[in-house]
Amino acid sequence: MRRLKILEYALSSLWRRRFKNLSVVTVYAFTIAALGSILLLTHSLRVEANQILSGAPDLVVQRVLAGRHDLIPVDYAAALREIPGVGAVSPRIWGYHYDAMTGSNFTLIGIDDRAPYELELLDGALPTGPMECAVGAGVARARSTRVGHELTLISGDNVGVVFNVVGVFRAGSDILTNDLVVLRTPDLVEFFGLPEGRAVDLALEVHNPNEVQTVAAKVKRLFPDTRPIARSEILRTYDAVFHWRSGMLLTLFASALVAFSILAWDKATGISADERREIGILKAIGWGTADVLELKLWEGIAVSVTAFLVGLIAAWAHVFLFGATLLAPVIKGWSVIFPEFRLTPYVDLYQIFVMACLTVVPYVASTVVPSWKAAITDPEEVIRK
Amino acid sequence: MTAMAKHRVFLTLTLLEIGLLAGLLAQGRTAARRASAVEVPARRAVAQRLGLTDLALWTEARYTRHPSQADLFSAFQDFPSSLDHFPAGSVVVASGGLEAFQNRLTAGEGSARPCAD
Repeated sequence: MRRLKILEYALSSLWRRRFKNLSVVTVYAFTIAALGSILLLTHSLRVEANQILSGAPDLVVQRVLAGRHDLIPVDYAAALREIPGVGAVSPRIWGYHYDAMTGSNFTLIGIDDRAPYELELLDGALPTGPMECAVGAGVARARSTRVGHELTLISGDNVGVVFNVVGVFRAGSDILTNDLVVLRTPDLVEFFGLPEGRAVDLALEVHNPNEVQTVAAKVKRLFPDTRPIARSEILRTYDAVFHWRSGMLLTLFASALVAFSILAWDKATGISADERREIGILKAIGWGTADVLELKLWEGIAVSVTAFLVGLIAAWAHVFLFGATLLAPVIKGWSVIFPEFRLTPYVDLYQIFVMACLTVVPYVASTVVPSWKAAITDPEEVIRK
Repeated sequence: MTAMAKHRVFLTLTLLEIGLLAGLLAQGRTAARRASAVEVPARRAVAQRLGLTDLALWTEARYTRHPSQADLFSAFQDFPSSLDHFPAGSVVVASGGLEAFQNRLTAGEGSARPCAD
């Protein structure tokens, strides 16, 4: 009961300076929303990338010439198949195409004739006949095309090549296929004008996942001009890209944290004359030091817990309901075709807990500690000052 | 406001916020479970069938579109002392682990392992 009365007094005290305190709650909540948005977005993207890209090839072997990625002889595949533990070795043909009409870059990828030809996230089918293609939703939107229509791409010879669109990937696969144009491998080889007997890279199947690193080392010994990339390294790349400690996201995160530190520091540098006088009067009418500190504790808790909860709910809504619309332009860069974020709410409770510790605890401390000196001082001296 | 009403309002609002957050977390877990059962396998099937290695996020440059496949010079290839001028290059960092892995393979270790964090 006593605690509830102190809480009541704390809330009354906050309400007396309601405009100032509401401003503090608003700024605090906005900072939490910014921090929370970054944490929720990066964690969700990291989990999705990890889950989806576990379907990537076990090992991709590129050829490096003069420090650059070069075409790899398809003949290498025969020697690679002889390595114990290696299954299928598939030459991959893929590349980029700049579409001057829309100012965007497409990724062109060639597929073989094996099944399956239909996929759950594909309306229509994959290309099986000559001059057919399947496109991502971003490409279909940019070029205003759909199943049954055509897609014209300008080849390196400045000749327009017409493909029949037989499939369009659904929005659910945007994060993987948004800028894709899938063609049959022979069509893509002809479109790019690639020399015979060459591929962009080779995809290796390794039967035992524990042997991938060993197979990669053997590939490197067999062909020193190659660069094997394991699936674990692909996943590691995205783990690093979407970690909150990397790149621009760290800058945003640090900026929000600095803004919060300024807020807490302003609170910690001292209490106002009014607050000091109020503490002096409370001590004079019989409040103990512990009661005064408890009052300040409740004030800090009321502000910080309210702001933290409101900010976190706002961050959730921003990322998972509105597709991180405020953060997307920062991440998008100069990309013309960029997928809309339809993220699954994967949440790391540990990160939320750490954020609470980094924000609520320091703010409460910065509210209580400055009041301690006034609370232990003689009330007459405090009031006179 | 009646005496002792403010703390009731505050506690009620706080409990409502906690309840809302708990509801969102529970809804998130349900959505994640559903995604793991339905959507993720479908996307993984697309990645598997097409042999995809990267997400289709940053389409402005080769090394941002396929960061896991790009060599470490692409960002700076335009001319000597060229800087990485694409905005997404600030978001897409080169994986230090990938470089260390490649260095180990070049050094000829029998069973190269990626470096730990």
